[in-house]
Amino acid sequence: MSPASSEAPLLDVKNLRVRFETTRGVTEAVRGVSFTVGRERIGIVGESGSGKSMTGRAILRLVRPPGIATADRLAFQGTDLMALSERRMRAMRGRRMSMVMQDPKYSLNPVMRIGRQLIEALKVHERISSKEAQRRALDMLADVQIRDPERVLAAYPHELSGGMGQRVMIAMMLIPRPDLLIADEPTSALDVTVQLEVLRILDDLVKDRGMGLIFISHDLRLVSTFCDRVLVMYLGRIVEEIEASRLDEAKHPYTRGLLECLPEIGAPRTPLKVLKRDAAWA
Amino acid sequence: MSEAQHMTGGKIAVSDLSVTFVQGRRRIRAVKGVSFSVKPLESFGLVGESGSGKSTVLRAICGLAPVSGGDIRIDGGAIQQPRDKAFARRVQMVFQDPYGSLHPRHTIDRVLSEPLSIHRFADREERIVQALKDVGLDARFRFRLPHQLSGGQRQRVAIARALIVEPEILLLDEPTSALDASIQAEVLNLLNRLREERSLTVIMVSHDLAVIDHMCERLLVMRGGEAVEALDRSSLADRKVSSDYTRALLTASEGYVR
Repeated sequence: MSPASSEAPLLDVKNLRVRFETTRGVTEAVRGVSFTVGRERIGIVGESGSGKSMTGRAILRLVRPPGIATADRLAFQGTDLMALSERRMRAMRGRRMSMVMQDPKYSLNPVMRIGRQLIEALKVHERISSKEAQRRALDMLADVQIRDPERVLAAYPHELSGGMGQRVMIAMMLIPRPDLLIADEPTSALDVTVQLEVLRILDDLVKDRGMGLIFISHDLRLVSTFCDRVLVMYLGRIVEEIEASRLDEAKHPYTRGLLECLPEIGAPRTPLKVLKRDAAWA
Repeated sequence: MSEAQHMTGGKIAVSDLSVTFVQGRRRIRAVKGVSFSVKPLESFGLVGESGSGKSTVLRAICGLAPVSGGDIRIDGGAIQQPRDKAFARRVQMVFQDPYGSLHPRHTIDRVLSEPLSIHRFADREERIVQALKDVGLDARFRFRLPHQLSGGQRQRVAIARALIVEPEILLLDEPTSALDASIQAEVLNLLNRLREERSLTVIMVSHDLAVIDHMCERLLVMRGGEAVEALDRSSLADRKVSSDYTRALLTASEGYVR
């Protein structure tokens, strides 16, 4: 890759909006968000209804009707995603930019063995022999720290634990070596100790491959320790953008409220601070 | 004081409790010989990851899980098998999922009046109005259906339903894990206030060490159906823990370390 292209942002989003037109009126889930993503870990944090997941889906043009996504600019490595045909967009998804969802239980095909699903993902993007695909799938599983990849290849999704399932999902999404990975609450369904292992894998992959990562989560504490930069969303808008390491200096009352309402081990037993929502934030 | 005396002195004493689920030919031991005792007015926490058996212990106390060994005592007395009405009057539980634990086609009014009629309370009208007020819900919610309420509001209804029969013991199974962080703070504050006002003895189950630390005086760390370590608040605050597993949980609660 030439130096020039690595300087330009991977993803450039300007004034992204998602609205739902229903019989009862128009609801805007995302109301004009703008940001850029480079080869870095960026976190999008917000509570339910903040539009964080919808933002992730809109980037991949996965907003389903009656939802409508619009943007002044949605460019991935210089390509205008809004102008692409659905066929070209499908080629873009997976190969160049990819998404990991929250729950592996619903993202994997329950009646297909893991091996077949992985190999299918490979063969969609590359013309390789079945033998080669098999070998690559085994390598990928080893990359996401699965100890006996042969067993996992032959297993059905229900035979795997949540942590294993999520690793398989990550492996599948990374097979075509995308430049950008959107992870929507990738570890929220996992136990805390497993969560950290999965994050470690994502972290190494971002470092080793120079991938960009958009990490969508409700967990401000986790995001602030994992990401380089954090976007805080509230009711469809970005209310604050801040370096993760300087989160303590956050200015917006919503960000501060999110930080302060969490219980902390060893803190005095006073009532937790309660977020006072201000109509002016919206 | 011997361990046996200590066990009988508690409001709730669980000793050597085992729970075994039988599935065809398979026997799954979900809880393996767990003991603890909770003093009157104390809040006791059970912490662990999925499959640790923490929720199963709570369900066993309520008679919702097959106990295969050990016993559970309340105020030193054995519990009636099966659980009777008097038990339900004294022990109430709040479940994790406020979406699943309220009947979708019953109004809040009906949800709250059912326990009152079962336990033959006279002044139902006043009690329902008061119960809503106690959990910080506006009176206009009274005739709504659960789907018209947010998750936090539903969990308030579940708490109101549990407390409306004036129990002595409240069992909380991950009461805030389905809620947003800011709503969690509101519900935890509510629970702390009510526990004081109502002189409740509480057992709370959570996967979140920080939540348990905020709510409970003592706690038991569980893993794979076994008790790993019993701790009190101060040893947790000073990180004076003896097992590697508890230490791993503590580290994990601080977020990702690069």
